[in-house]
Amino acid sequence: METEFTPITSLAGGALIGLSAVMLMASHGKIAGISGIVSRILPPSIQKESIPFGIIFILGLLLAVPIWNLFFVEIERQAVSDNYFILGIAGLLVGFGSSHGNGCTSGHGVCGLSRGSTRSIIATVTFMFTGFLTVYILRNTLGL
Amino acid sequence: MKYITLLFSGIIFGIGLVLSGMTNPLKVQNFLDLFGLWDPSLAFVMGGAIFVALPGFWLVQKQKKPFFSKEFDLPKRKDLDFRLIFGAGVFGIGWGIGGLCPGPALTSLTFFDIGIYIFVISMIMGMLIAKKI
Repeated sequence: METEFTPITSLAGGALIGLSAVMLMASHGKIAGISGIVSRILPPSIQKESIPFGIIFILGLLLAVPIWNLFFVEIERQAVSDNYFILGIAGLLVGFGSSHGNGCTSGHGVCGLSRGSTRSIIATVTFMFTGFLTVYILRNTLGL
Repeated sequence: MKYITLLFSGIIFGIGLVLSGMTNPLKVQNFLDLFGLWDPSLAFVMGGAIFVALPGFWLVQKQKKPFFSKEFDLPKRKDLDFRLIFGAGVFGIGWGIGGLCPGPALTSLTFFDIGIYIFVISMIMGMLIAKKI
């Protein structure tokens, strides 16, 4: 199914993400990389000092949709595949890959690129490429 | 104040994700569907974020230290290893299949959708496995 091209809201949303990353860097000196923030508070190697930091930031993420709905037009629950098995596999790969590769779209894609990190540039090119390839195979070969 | 700034950063990040379309898995998949139903919006998300973060980080790092902590906690590694590329590659496959990455997945929890719960629980399991090996 097609989706509408939204350059203005996407650019504005991106700017907010960038603003949040700068706020986090200026206030706490940390990278706004979501996979890292979550991964650091998971066993077996929990970083104790990262716990309050991680939990409060994640709480902020969880409040975003309710706050949005309070002030703007309520957003509809957005279409997620209704195949729970496929969603489970996708989640597993996203969790494993982002933790193993030390970053996801936010840590490598936004913060890493903004810092000019070579590792992040390589990681971003890699996950964009495997993402393109996956969707291509799913839609053109498997017809999903 | 320290924690209020942190909470606000999280809220702004989440609202940015919702506004930009990143919490819409179909939009993400269409961005990745270069030769099909391509929706270039997500390139604008990244562009907008970097447009703010690049000069922002540069200005912030000219300060001696962050506001509420002793020093900047930045990744120092410069080497490229197999883990980085393998991990990023696997992450991209999952991102393509589900149309969700960690930030939008967590933000979407408050849509109260069973599919999202399953995704996030599996994602945490995946992270636990990655940390074990």
